[in-house]
Amino acid sequence: MSAPSTEANGKRGPRGTVVIDAERCKGCELCIPACPPEVLRMSSNRNASGYLLPELLEGCTGCGACLMVCPDFCFEVYRFDPKAAEGA
Amino acid sequence: MTDPNDPLRVIPTDAPPIGACRKTGDSLPPLTLMGEHDLCPGCGEPLALRQILDAIDAMDMAQRAIGTIGIGCYTALTSLMDIDLIQALHGRAPSVATGAKRMRPETLVFTLQGDGDMVNEGLQEVIHTAARGENVTCILLNNGVFGETGGHMTATTVLGQRTKNSIEGRDAGEHGFPILIGDLLARLEGTAYCARASVHDAKGVARTRRFLDRAFESQMKGQGFSFVEILTMCPTGWFLPTAEGPDYLDQELGAIHEVGELKKDGVLIES
Amino acid sequence: MPHERRLMEGSEAIAEAAIAAGCRFFSGYPMTPFTEVLECFAKRLPEEGGACINAESEIEAIGQAWGAAATGARAATGSTGQGLSLMQESMSEITRAEIPIVIFNMARGQGDYFQATRGGGHGDYRHIVLSPQSVGEAVDLTQLAFHLADKWRHPVVIYGDYLIAHTAEAVGIEAIDYGPLPEKEWAVDGSLGGTGRSRNVNPIGMEKGSKGIDPNGFWQKLADKEDAILDAEQRYEAVDTEDADLLIVAFGTLARFARAAMRDLRAEGLKVGLFRPISLWPFPKEALAKAAEGCKRVAVLEQNAGQMIEDVQLSLLGAVPVVPIGGISTDPAGFGIGALLDSDLIAGRARDAHAGRPVPRGVVS
Repeated sequence: MSAPSTEANGKRGPRGTVVIDAERCKGCELCIPACPPEVLRMSSNRNASGYLLPELLEGCTGCGACLMVCPDFCFEVYRFDPKAAEGA
Repeated sequence: MTDPNDPLRVIPTDAPPIGACRKTGDSLPPLTLMGEHDLCPGCGEPLALRQILDAIDAMDMAQRAIGTIGIGCYTALTSLMDIDLIQALHGRAPSVATGAKRMRPETLVFTLQGDGDMVNEGLQEVIHTAARGENVTCILLNNGVFGETGGHMTATTVLGQRTKNSIEGRDAGEHGFPILIGDLLARLEGTAYCARASVHDAKGVARTRRFLDRAFESQMKGQGFSFVEILTMCPTGWFLPTAEGPDYLDQELGAIHEVGELKKDGVLIES
Repeated sequence: MPHERRLMEGSEAIAEAAIAAGCRFFSGYPMTPFTEVLECFAKRLPEEGGACINAESEIEAIGQAWGAAATGARAATGSTGQGLSLMQESMSEITRAEIPIVIFNMARGQGDYFQATRGGGHGDYRHIVLSPQSVGEAVDLTQLAFHLADKWRHPVVIYGDYLIAHTAEAVGIEAIDYGPLPEKEWAVDGSLGGTGRSRNVNPIGMEKGSKGIDPNGFWQKLADKEDAILDAEQRYEAVDTEDADLLIVAFGTLARFARAAMRDLRAEGLKVGLFRPISLWPFPKEALAKAAEGCKRVAVLEQNAGQMIEDVQLSLLGAVPVVPIGGISTDPAGFGIGALLDSDLIAGRARDAHAGRPVPRGVVS
């Protein structure tokens, strides 16, 4: 598996993404309905403690709603920067 | 395992992205020493804590801040808070905050209390602290239940709410009515700022932060007592699946303990 | 500036001595015979740049003093027995959180000896208790109390009474230098947030940056500290004990009546000595045992049904017979002004004890 890149998704590319600290997650699912573009869903993967984990689908905007509602401080939020991408 | 037949593409989330990007949100709130805590899945208290720490950090008050902490589940969060703290007794944090503020008037002094702590055991303390116009900020994490003991009725439990000692639901005839503490405190002359927020969704969390900012600003302007009540989920104490916590909070507790600003600059806001 | 000696009620003298010792915060709730201590602080602390709060209850009073002291300020509260009962929950927590505060207990007589010396609250703790016999000594012990509180990070109770609070004596109040003290690096002044070294002053050993707590280790450390206090801070006065056949043990203002009785008895040729514990906790056990060596009897004079007598018996371990010569004795209002406060009556009972005759028990009226 490779990390997502600016070229990964369509013409405009994805606007953002998240890193999830899976080992800290307690599977509460609060992030799922909180996600405005509805790109988080529960997976069948579990962490070492046995909690079911969320997974990210295409279309993250990097809005940070998941971070705000996560009781276990699992989400790190990134926004892709098209200008910086062009310069690169 | 990811289903290979799933038409939706799963994006890896185990490492930072490659390419031009900027981090817009840290997983850990500012002023934390670690991220691990033992609060239950779906608990609303860490959401409130993030906003409190973020507000203190944004005001650049970290090195002029004193927290006085009550007794409840949130007490466990003191381990991760990189703020000078005084651990108070159940209900007594407003008094401890009073003494601290009188001796250190230049600091931002706040309490962190639950509804059992503030509205049951320590009702007298918070009311008199407000009535004195004590220049501190009391923060209530209100989930309408004693979470730490496993789900018992508090003074803010709403009618019909099932708890372990009101198993058929809180009944006014048997258990009396919930105390709307924010509304009560707003009516005291010593209260300068008073608001009730809820962390049931991201919008609510953002509103919580605005209210905290205003309460802390009010304190640093020396306006008098400030109060922010934050409704928080407690799926364990409500006997609900974690995913149902936010809606229960919004529709059951939130229907009685209504969200909004109650007082600003010493002036009541009529709803 | 040296202060002139002047006639001062104990309440005022205590407040002035506390201020001389650097006390800048007081909170209290009126209750006889403590009320005037609160009045004096309320008048004087604002003049000194401090704060005095007329608290809504004794529970709030000690909570406020707790917060003030936790920031490093010298802070105090006070009350009398019933109010002290309300404060016990906090006194226990404050002791275990190692917060140095001073508590002025203007007790209604001596029936609160157990409350003061055993720690009336929950948990495994003791706090230092100093008992003055006069207004002059209250001035010294008040200042010593603040010093010991800071030295040990431990609460100190001043066990006074109606007579201490309301007797006017000629005293001069000057700051007493009890020597250097460590910096209060533990004090929660709000300065260490975000540095990774922030503080949490708490009673159960919660450590920042770690989920686990170790109450066993934390409380054992406190127990070790209390053992050190036990060794270091015993205070007492022994008068004419060398040749005594009968040793009277009494504390606080009652000891002054005992002293007058002793003088009369000595004039009669009876070899009577007086042992006065000044620190009720730690109780001066070894000194009492030494003073009682060679005595035929030890007479315990206290204004209650028998409380300090247990400490006396524990000190002597059966080496000398112990006889109670006090008893329940108060005024109709219950403020502790009882018929036992009479040197002739005390002398009579001591005479009986000296001769091995039975001493009357029960209400002294």
